[in-house]
Amino acid sequence: MLSNPMFLAMAVLNGLSIAMVLFIIAAGLTLILGVLRILNFAHAAFFMLGGYVAWQVAEGWLEDVPGALWLGAIAAGLVLAVLAAIIERTMLRHLYGREEYYQLLFTFALVLLLNDAVKAIWGTDILTISHPDMLRGAADLGITFYPRYRLFLCVVGVVVAVALWLLVTKTRWGRTVRAARMDREMLSTLGVDVAKVYASVFILGVALAGVGGALAAADRSLYPGMDADIIVRTFIIVIIGGLGSLWGAFLGALILGMITSFGTVLVPEFELVLIYLLMIAVLLVRPWGLLGKEDVK
Amino acid sequence: MSAARTSLLVGVLMTAVFAAVPFFFGDYGVYLGAEILIYILFALAFNLMLGQGGLVSFGHAAYFAIASYAVAILLTTYSWPLLPAFVVAVALSCAAAVVIGALCVRLTAIYFAMLTLAFSQLVWAIAFKWNAVTGGDEGFVGVSVPQYLAEPTGFFYFALAIVAVCAVLLWLITHSAFGRILRATKENPRRAEFLGINVRRIRLVTFVISGTFTGVAGALFAIFNRAVFVESAWWTKSAEVLVMTILGGVGSFFGPALGATVLILLDRLITEFTQYWPTVLAIILIAVLFFLPNGLIGAFRRGRSTGAGDA
Repeated sequence: MLSNPMFLAMAVLNGLSIAMVLFIIAAGLTLILGVLRILNFAHAAFFMLGGYVAWQVAEGWLEDVPGALWLGAIAAGLVLAVLAAIIERTMLRHLYGREEYYQLLFTFALVLLLNDAVKAIWGTDILTISHPDMLRGAADLGITFYPRYRLFLCVVGVVVAVALWLLVTKTRWGRTVRAARMDREMLSTLGVDVAKVYASVFILGVALAGVGGALAAADRSLYPGMDADIIVRTFIIVIIGGLGSLWGAFLGALILGMITSFGTVLVPEFELVLIYLLMIAVLLVRPWGLLGKEDVK
Repeated sequence: MSAARTSLLVGVLMTAVFAAVPFFFGDYGVYLGAEILIYILFALAFNLMLGQGGLVSFGHAAYFAIASYAVAILLTTYSWPLLPAFVVAVALSCAAAVVIGALCVRLTAIYFAMLTLAFSQLVWAIAFKWNAVTGGDEGFVGVSVPQYLAEPTGFFYFALAIVAVCAVLLWLITHSAFGRILRATKENPRRAEFLGINVRRIRLVTFVISGTFTGVAGALFAIFNRAVFVESAWWTKSAEVLVMTILGGVGSFFGPALGATVLILLDRLITEFTQYWPTVLAIILIAVLFFLPNGLIGAFRRGRSTGAGDA
């Protein structure tokens, strides 16, 4: 099968589009993990909620309005940002530095709450969002045709990666964030409001998951509980890449996307097993991940 | 000595209360009681790692599911008698804990939790895909159970006896010299190393003991439920036992037993009134996290000690 160029191109493109959507979630997760040291089990639930908010705007309120999906994505980002700010200010900040299982339990409680909220507001039926007009149909890539919207998702993933990289390396905010990751106390002695830095990282990460969920919702169906599988895949990506490493998450997403895409076609029985074996192998050989830095702590 | 006496009293009292259940409640009460007993054992076994060893396993579903599937397959597919099937099933969980534990104890904190999660998801993936043996996503339904265990009261007393014996064993381990060393490795692993303690080995032994008793709970559950579903290896199962343990109280031996009891009873009770049990559970969890750091049992103790202070 691999000798067929059309099949190969399709598999690579499928892998890429799976990878880039997962990367958008993983990027926020790894940022939060790297700086706040919080293992956020609710991250994929935020992604799911973003999808539902976008559905509400694009299909519920503004059906047949061109470009409604973009408004939906913006709305998803805003709603999730506000939600994240409330959660961080009222509850999460009290859990920094506490035992891991407190954070696990708290974010697990968020998973339960978000899933119930989705069920209460939108019901348990499967919902879908139609593609925006300009991205409908398939594009001719020479060797194969491929859905325009998926190509668009790939581009979004790369744009998010570069934008986040610029944000973290080239801006004043990014420098503060990197400093907070290294030495929180020192930073606070220097007069930086570390609480604000933490809050901003959490809000950015969650809003990103929301926007990602909104854009991905046009390519997949929405249903309560869809987050349970995604969160595991996202964790795998973050682990493979290295906790806190942006490009690590990018690489991890690519690896996972390709295994998923090629695995489901070539070795459908072993695709899942392969993914978990990879996670185990990385944790045993390089627990800090492929692109992460060895952590003294 | 007084701690031992209090525990003995609590243990005997709990056993007596459970033993009386079939006399006062109908079949549903007996059914519920048996389920609670199994989860009490699961939570007690889990807390040996979390409460005593400070080891956050996020993959205990694996040892539960392995013994569940093993006992179901041996009893049904191979028509083994109960005793060898049960023993071999638990031994398989134990063996899995030896191999997985040996690899996991090389890591700490988040990495340890993530590796235990990865292994349990691997077990899930195998159970999910190995249709011919496990029934895949349809589950393994129709476990053959000896006649005396097919009857609810019979199974109830069988479970009560096994859980009581296991609880005594776990209590003895917790309060032995080994238990003290384990707590030392939790409080200050470095200092423990300096004292000549092989921290990794202590953690591995704890991992194996915990995994084995979890296997006992898993094997019981398969006989109880007469079916094993692939969800029993999914990560939310591991979250469930973590929730029970913390709800009851990590720092006390009986805390997790209380947590398991309260969680299952509340689940059944609240589900009668609303489909939003997860929301109620989440609110309870958040309340416990912020207001009852020592769990329900901590609240109970605090109440009691203030009472004593007043008197």
